[in-house]
Amino acid sequence: MDFTSFVFYFFSAILLLSALRVITARNPVHAALALVLAFFTAAALWMLLEAEFLAITLVLVYIGAVMVLFLFVVMMLDINVEEMRRGFWSYLPAGALVGGLMVVEMVMVLGGKDFGLGAVTPRPADYNHTAELGRVLYTDYVYPFELAAVILLVAMVAAIALTHRKRADTRQINPAEQVKVKRADRIRMVNLKPQKPEAPKEED
Amino acid sequence: MDSLLAPVAELFGPAWLPVWTLVKIVAIVAPLMIAVAYLTYAERKVIGYMQVRIGPNRVGPIGLLQPIADGLKLLMKEIIIPSGANKGLFLLGPVLAIAPALAAWAVFPFTDRLVLADINAGLLYIMAITSMGVYGVIIAGWASNSKYAFLGAMRSSAQIVSYEIAMGFALVGVLMSAGSLNLIDIVNAQQGGFWQWYWLPLFPLFIVYLIAGVAETNRAPFDVAEGESEIVAGFHVEYSGMAFAVFFLAEYANMILISGLVSIMFLGGWLSPLPFLPDGFIWIAAKMSFVLFLFLWFRATFPRFRYDQIMRLGWKVFIPVTLVWIIVVGAAMQTPYGHLFR
Repeated sequence: MDFTSFVFYFFSAILLLSALRVITARNPVHAALALVLAFFTAAALWMLLEAEFLAITLVLVYIGAVMVLFLFVVMMLDINVEEMRRGFWSYLPAGALVGGLMVVEMVMVLGGKDFGLGAVTPRPADYNHTAELGRVLYTDYVYPFELAAVILLVAMVAAIALTHRKRADTRQINPAEQVKVKRADRIRMVNLKPQKPEAPKEED
Repeated sequence: MDSLLAPVAELFGPAWLPVWTLVKIVAIVAPLMIAVAYLTYAERKVIGYMQVRIGPNRVGPIGLLQPIADGLKLLMKEIIIPSGANKGLFLLGPVLAIAPALAAWAVFPFTDRLVLADINAGLLYIMAITSMGVYGVIIAGWASNSKYAFLGAMRSSAQIVSYEIAMGFALVGVLMSAGSLNLIDIVNAQQGGFWQWYWLPLFPLFIVYLIAGVAETNRAPFDVAEGESEIVAGFHVEYSGMAFAVFFLAEYANMILISGLVSIMFLGGWLSPLPFLPDGFIWIAAKMSFVLFLFLWFRATFPRFRYDQIMRLGWKVFIPVTLVWIIVVGAAMQTPYGHLFR
């Protein structure tokens, strides 16, 4: 076994174990952290496939942004694990069906000759994967790429529009007004005559 | 250098590459740790003089041994783990804070030849690694099982995620101008003296990156994550001894990293400001010191931002500014004046 396959099996073992922890951990925060580890090891595996742009983007987007927000929400919520586990057996057939379908699809993709996966040749060390990807995205596939971007934008606008409610009792700050405030708006100078305090009474 | 090392390399045989890499890592991390120690000293001195005080002056000549005394004191102290804390994650927090702060230095070029790993996606790597620093803060805040620590962690994660977007867009402008993600190529694209550096054509992005860098490192005036007057010490309120010191090291190592990145992206890295002077490490050191001085200056002179103002600045000011300037740069590159932005 050469060093590359050792690295591959090492990362694969960690990936499988952490993925297992995602669904078995009793504490949702632990599960989310296990998912972070799973993403990170998946990125390392992609790096082995010389897909450095995808690997680093996975870390940047999923670990650096998505999972941070995910953890943010999971930590704020008071999740009852017992409640979540109820109905496990009744959901199992549907889950098993979806899982089985995914396995079949992956076998077809990874084992199929129709996808041209057999012909992967290692690139020279100075091959710039990122530049190559950018060139293909912005020339050959520019219209599908732009279309995907517009669809994502529409989805984003729709998500905000659906959840955004104008509440009557929220108070808003207008920074422009705040900046325009002058001293005279907030304090009033009062010219007080100096007063002499009364002499304390003598107690005897 | 290579011919000098050849007999040593033969001695180690196939183990030479890992050993030599480890030597290089030590050669980066050890000076970095010394720099962190003396940055704390510089901070106390600079802020002291700005507030008409003297600062530390008791340990050693003009207080020069003060950081070493502080380090020793923290090493000697007991690490107290709160009884309600999640012990494993509590101890993992500081590790996750310092690891990205050190790992990012792997691709940092000190001169055009002095770099540990010269990879062609260096800029992406730096962005990915620095985005992981927030986990130390979140895990520390959650595992401490304390309200103050938790509030600090929540504030910090929201703030870092918000400012990361503006920082990323600012760097998009840099890579459009340089046409490369390799940090050495980015500096080499700025050749030609002070007026050729990217701070001038990308001035809005430079300002956004600098301020967002202050926010990313949780430094004043963006230090709501550890706002002393509101939540005691924020996410590290339960930490003591060396565990606390590791958070401290991570914060200062991140400050030095951000100052280094500002120097590389916008201030020409190791290039000299006047074309007839030789380039070299001394210039990047000087630029980093200047940016670090700005960090200390900000802390001494600005009051802490209110939390909603931080969010407004990040989302409603910085992100639109960077987006507009990216479009300006992209459009200008199609005109005869495109060379001004390259």
